[in-house]
Amino acid sequence: MDRRSFVAGLAAATLVPRAAASSETRPWEDILAAARGQTVYWNAWAGDERTNAFIAWTGEEMRRRFGVAVVHVRLRDTAEAVARVVAEKQAGRGSGGSVDLIWINGPNFLAMKTQGLLFGPFAETLPNWHFVDTTRKRSNVIDFTVPVEGFAAPWRMAQVVYVYDSARLAAADLPRSIPALLAWAQRHPGRLTHPTVRNFLGATFLKQALAELAPDPAALQRPADDAAFEAATAPLWVWYDALRPNLWRQGREFPETGPAQRQLLDDGEIDIAISFNPAEAAVSIANRLLPPTARVFVLARGTIGNTSFVAIPFNAAGKEGAMAVADFLLEPATQAYAQDPRHMGNFTVLDLGRLDAADRQRFLDLRSDPALPTNEELGVPLPEPHPSWMTRLVAAWEARTH
Amino acid sequence: MLRAAPPLTLALFLLPIAAGLAGTALPAFGYLPALGHTEVSLGAWRELMATPGLADTLALTLRVGLLATALSVVLAIGFCALAHERPWLRRCENALAPLLATPHAALAIGFAFLILPSGWLARLVSPDLTGWHTPPQIVTVRDPQGLSLAGGLVLKETPYLVLMILAASVQMRVRDLVASARALGYGPAAAWLFAVLPRLYAQIRLPVYAVLAFSLSAVDVALILAPGTPPPLAVLAMRWFADYDLALYPRAAAAALLQLALVAGAIVAWRLGEILTARLGRAIILRGWRAPAAEPVAAAAALGAVGTGVAAFAAIAGMALWSVAAGWRFPAALPEALTLDVWTRHLPEVGRPLEMTLAAGAAATVIALVLALACLENEQRAALRPGTGTLWLLYLPLLVPQIAFLFGVQVALVQAGLDGTLAAVIWAHLLFVLPYVFLSLADPFRALDPRFARSAAALGAGRARIFVRIKLPMLAKPILVAAAIGFAVSVGQYLPTLFAGAGRVATLTTEAVTLATGADRRILGVYAVLQAALPALVYGLALGLPRLMFRNRRGLA
Repeated sequence: MDRRSFVAGLAAATLVPRAAASSETRPWEDILAAARGQTVYWNAWAGDERTNAFIAWTGEEMRRRFGVAVVHVRLRDTAEAVARVVAEKQAGRGSGGSVDLIWINGPNFLAMKTQGLLFGPFAETLPNWHFVDTTRKRSNVIDFTVPVEGFAAPWRMAQVVYVYDSARLAAADLPRSIPALLAWAQRHPGRLTHPTVRNFLGATFLKQALAELAPDPAALQRPADDAAFEAATAPLWVWYDALRPNLWRQGREFPETGPAQRQLLDDGEIDIAISFNPAEAAVSIANRLLPPTARVFVLARGTIGNTSFVAIPFNAAGKEGAMAVADFLLEPATQAYAQDPRHMGNFTVLDLGRLDAADRQRFLDLRSDPALPTNEELGVPLPEPHPSWMTRLVAAWEARTH
Repeated sequence: MLRAAPPLTLALFLLPIAAGLAGTALPAFGYLPALGHTEVSLGAWRELMATPGLADTLALTLRVGLLATALSVVLAIGFCALAHERPWLRRCENALAPLLATPHAALAIGFAFLILPSGWLARLVSPDLTGWHTPPQIVTVRDPQGLSLAGGLVLKETPYLVLMILAASVQMRVRDLVASARALGYGPAAAWLFAVLPRLYAQIRLPVYAVLAFSLSAVDVALILAPGTPPPLAVLAMRWFADYDLALYPRAAAAALLQLALVAGAIVAWRLGEILTARLGRAIILRGWRAPAAEPVAAAAALGAVGTGVAAFAAIAGMALWSVAAGWRFPAALPEALTLDVWTRHLPEVGRPLEMTLAAGAAATVIALVLALACLENEQRAALRPGTGTLWLLYLPLLVPQIAFLFGVQVALVQAGLDGTLAAVIWAHLLFVLPYVFLSLADPFRALDPRFARSAAALGAGRARIFVRIKLPMLAKPILVAAAIGFAVSVGQYLPTLFAGAGRVATLTTEAVTLATGADRRILGVYAVLQAALPALVYGLALGLPRLMFRNRRGLA
């Protein structure tokens, strides 16, 4: 590596405290014109087939309507794409980068934003931005307590639910709190698990427990330091140490991802599986991945919710195409398509009150499904802790499980 | 120009490995200017040693590597010790080609479904025989001991070693040796083991080391079958390399280097084992022991070898069944209904990785064939005698763990602006395709009766004309078989594709491994079946084409 990239590397590692703002100001028509003919390499976690199918559908629509080609770069972990952008910055590649769009949130977003690896702000200049619910769905503008500031555009909502088969478990016996979950696991050893904590959903399993067990939940909204982490997580580890021997395979092995955990549920190896999609049961039934009797439940004191974003790396080769995709994802018709349980089933990031009657009708027309929870059942989602909590939880869990 | 072929081939080969190893070794010892580290330090090694569970990781890695290799060698030898006299075993050899052609990842995916507590085997006997209405709480796949990982590796390595032994025995007068030993009162297996194996082993030594190196450092199979907490060393290094936190980079490099040391140490240990076994064997042979126990032992091993073959076919069949299953829940032995839905829905998305697989496979194979033929022709014209040193060099990419040099290669590719291109992927594949193509082509090429060429020369044909009109047609069959092997090797590459392709060049194998950790088994079935079918198809062509081309030429078809 040469001197120039050494300096760039040093700068990336230490000197730049936050994203170097190069705000998008061009008229939208110019952006669309520049986008035509571009190929957008959308780096997205590919462990969920329904999402993969949605991304493929997005690609078809983008080609047909805007002349933009979308290629899904299938990731095992979002960090792979972040690592690629970091490596390119190290190698001094300031433009023509290989990543155009990343599905991102949480620690990955914070890392890219603070290291100046993101293009923007651009999100609030997108034509469809004004439909986005920024008041009641606060996670659309504050990601894991980090202000998004237009460096990423929201595209889907997530909220923790627990999936079960109503043919095997009675609704009355479901554990509706974190302590109840432990008691349930002790009564049914081997019938509960969570994805490995290195996976975001596995980390969320612990965060959900932490949100309920932490002595002072407000502390989770601030960056964690050693003392705060120690104090907040002490009850969590007591709970987890009691839970772990009662997990599937005595808590010595964990499924790699959420879908792998769902496969265990379908195979009958476990009875309860955590998910980030309230429509998990409905979507899985529609795709014959779970029996028709699958349902979801949430905890009495609420569950964590967040927003998935798309962001554009600072050196993306197809920035205009990437913005066109980000805007397409916010179109009411796209959002309604995504919310259909036959497709992805995830809840919209839009404020239905801001849509015109025809667009609002698209959402009202979505067929009701017995496997879908109502908004009342879901309740108001709990906020995500600051990303540092997740990073520390993963490290602490790794150290404890060895 | 022909004279440039061997140095060019070696340069294509050794430069990336050397550059890659340097790109791994320097950061491992703290030299990483891009991060501002220019002083040699052991910090990365201290971090590596402090990793929780590292001892378990190393024990797991060694246990799996040695167990899988030993088992594969024993099964393959047992099979060959009996196959030379049993026609029905010889027929099993026809099944080797498709097994060899099936990439590791596809087999591992199918094998996992076979042996899961909720897998196909359990479904076949439940609930009638077992009383299991829900899957039993037993540990099979991803077991902490790594037995399922070793099993998955044996599935693929046994047929490979059988093929290597059969190829090596062509050059020995096996029949005469066995007949002499039989006349002295040895049983069929003992005759082969005592008279043939000792000389034959020298020729399969490098393939055995390649198996050992692969079993110690495979990433794709490990991602599917190995435990995740703690994982084998190569997976651990992979995790750190893939992390966006660059501070982990030196630690990842150190782990990759440790992997290299592990492989080197294991090869040395294996060599010591060989020497001990040889001493013991010689003592037994000299004492004239007729070893009647060899017969049942060899029979058991042969049975085991056939068993791995059956399991491998069942693994592929299970995934094929999933790809057309409407729904298939425990404990049903077969799907509720069959449908082509998944195929019709997912074929369009398979198009691009399929194209890339074909393009990379075809290009790497053709380049490898041209280079191998040029080297061999040059060797013959210059009347060179190939030494063992060359052979070791050829095997280098198969002996050095991929993780130890691919990351360095990737950095070099990024700097050259070549990462993520098809050309880079083809080159990376070439590193692994070329040894196999060369090795499978070398023996037939060298064995071709020189009198054909001399007769042609006497009739006035030049060297080029002899090569094109005599050698190439006469060698059509081995050339096509070498091409088929090369293509299969290319299709199976996971890490090289991932690193050189920067995620942009996706093949069936990278897609399948990405999906393997969780997604819908039916879609995985589509990928696994395509992965297995593609090389098998090329194999079929390689065997069928000469029959078509030379149906009126005896001995060529």
